[in-house]
Amino acid sequence: MLSLENIHTHYGKIEALHGVSVEVNEGEIVSLIGANGAGKTTLLMTICGDPQASAGRVLFQGEDITHKPTSDIMRSGIAIAPEGRRVFPGLTVEENLHMGGFFTSKDEIRRNQKHVFELFPRLAERKNQRAGTMSGGEQQMLAIGRALMAKPRMMILDEPSLGLAPLIIGQIFDIIRTLRDEGITVFLVEQNAKQALKLADRGYVLETGRIRLEDTGANLLDNEEVQQAYLGG
Amino acid sequence: MVARNFGHALFCAMITLIISYPIVGFDLVFTGLSLELQQVEAGTIAGILLAVAAVFVFQLFRPAIMGTLARLVGLNPLANRPPMEQNKRLKLERGALTIIVLLALIWPFMASRGAVDLATLVLIYVILALGLNVVVGLAGLLDLGYVAFYAVGAYTFGLLSQYLGVSFWVALPLGALLAALFGFVLGFPVLRLRGDYLAIVTLGFGEIIRIVLNNLTSITGGPNGIGGIPDPTLFGMEFGRRVKEEGNASFHEVFNLPYESVHKVIFLYLITLVLAVFTLVVIRRLIRMPVGRSWEALREDEIAARSLGLSRTAVKLSAFTIGAFFAGFAGTIFASKQGFISPESFVFLESAIILAIVVLGGMGSQIGVILAAIAVTILPELAREFSEYRMLIFGAAMVMMMVWRPQGLLPMRRIHVQLNRLE
Ligand SMILES: Nc1ncnc2c1ncn2[C@@H]1O[C@H](COP(=O)(O)OP(=O)(O)OP(=O)(O)O)[C@@H](O)[C@H]1O
Ligand SMILES: [Mg+2]
Repeated sequence: MLSLENIHTHYGKIEALHGVSVEVNEGEIVSLIGANGAGKTTLLMTICGDPQASAGRVLFQGEDITHKPTSDIMRSGIAIAPEGRRVFPGLTVEENLHMGGFFTSKDEIRRNQKHVFELFPRLAERKNQRAGTMSGGEQQMLAIGRALMAKPRMMILDEPSLGLAPLIIGQIFDIIRTLRDEGITVFLVEQNAKQALKLADRGYVLETGRIRLEDTGANLLDNEEVQQAYLGG
Repeated sequence: MVARNFGHALFCAMITLIISYPIVGFDLVFTGLSLELQQVEAGTIAGILLAVAAVFVFQLFRPAIMGTLARLVGLNPLANRPPMEQNKRLKLERGALTIIVLLALIWPFMASRGAVDLATLVLIYVILALGLNVVVGLAGLLDLGYVAFYAVGAYTFGLLSQYLGVSFWVALPLGALLAALFGFVLGFPVLRLRGDYLAIVTLGFGEIIRIVLNNLTSITGGPNGIGGIPDPTLFGMEFGRRVKEEGNASFHEVFNLPYESVHKVIFLYLITLVLAVFTLVVIRRLIRMPVGRSWEALREDEIAARSLGLSRTAVKLSAFTIGAFFAGFAGTIFASKQGFISPESFVFLESAIILAIVVLGGMGSQIGVILAAIAVTILPELAREFSEYRMLIFGAAMVMMMVWRPQGLLPMRRIHVQLNRLE
């Protein structure tokens, strides 16, 4: 469904990705793990077209989107819950959700919002609260909910567990599984390697801009290198 | 606590002395051919010392003083009230706006000519501020060259009337559209920039327009400006004593009234009022439409907005263009009101004043912006004796606002767009 072929990405003269290839098949949860500064966010941003890859190709549903403008890419069935949540702090929960459905019809907004509220009852309770005043966990739910409002076929999540308590992380990961069961393909970027690999059908390990390992989630969990580097030995 | 503040207070007092003494404490006097530095009289020196003492005392007891002032603010029964429910608030706001407009409609027939003239100017600033509010308050783009679009509107009318004899009513939409076009074309390269960079580039752009107008002497008359810009007509009726253009009738003759120069002033005022209301209504509409929400989203978080598929350029350009459009509107009216325009009227200070109105009014709130426009334009006129100190008072007011009410007079309460109301 999504494939990155030998992607190189530069920030000015600095090369952050040195030829990364990743494949996400329809209906899968694919996890990408890596340390701080490995280039995980850069990889996701390259998919979104900002910055664009300086070499290599990004294909989504067979179409080359490498050089498409970000606004087109984000309207073509990919949605992202960005790193650091980035909810609109001054808007209410409901308005945040409506922004997520900016390019859909009112009927769809209503339907999708109902669905999001079923997934996250917490958001329904707080729909008139300003997003900036919500807790980190609630904001993460909102970021995911907002991304879902566009009815994406593929969902990208950048470190959804960042700074959250284990209980909330568990809830968020349950939701991710539910999304996959509903037919949404998930590309998950995490530092929380254990949980992310447990959840994943397949996984990648990114190290300083290169894919180091690639296997099923279960195999990576057992892998010695992974255990040493990411699972605390 | 006082002891702890002592050092700080002393420091502030020293600064005051260092700044004020060289500036106020000496006079430059010509004696023959040479300039001489002379001490000023004792009274001024005493004044400086008094100011230094005041700063010292204030800084020394600052926490106490500010505390008392804060309590004063707390006494205001309207402060700290829980926010009103949205529907009620909207109704109230609409009611207030309607009353303001009705009052504004009947008021000029009872006021003096000078007052009506001033009110027209106020309305021009209201239009300008409402327009800039879209760019700065709603879309969050700091535009320091807004006056350029005002100038484009004014010069469109000035030049068209001078070279082609075009009338006000034709020039009005043309001026606004041309200003919008300028906003659009200039927006393109500029809008990739963020925050400070955008501010500086727009500032430069404002100056470029003014300097071009100043130096294109053969076309714009340069610093001499353009004169003889016609007044608006009412269905082909002119408001002057004698009809200037062939085919036009004269207002006082048609209605069999004695000629009075105030008719013209009131008429221009009413036109401006209608256009100000038009501006208000259009922008209120826009805020509730998707384009308005996209402005807000981009202001709140650009990356998030883009992640949802909003195009940064399209959203920013729309705000820039619409803001410029209304500036062009205001410019055309201004040209007609003054009958004469020159680059002098479009200096950076104008941009700064309009921006100050938007900030004072509360960045985004329309009623706030209108009140601030009224205050900023009228207060200096009321205090004519202080006109030299206008900017000083202005600055002091801004500083005080930022200390006590950083969110502006009437901060924007965002309208929650409800789905069922969208339909
Ligand atoms: N806008 C930028 N300009 C220049 N360099 C950047 C920029 N963004 C990221 N980088 C660099 O690219 C490299 C990869 O950064 P990236 O944000 O992709 O890491 P990451 O894997 O997401 O890390 P983390 O887990 O901390 O989020 C880093 O060396 C970073 O300094
Ligand atoms: Mg990252």
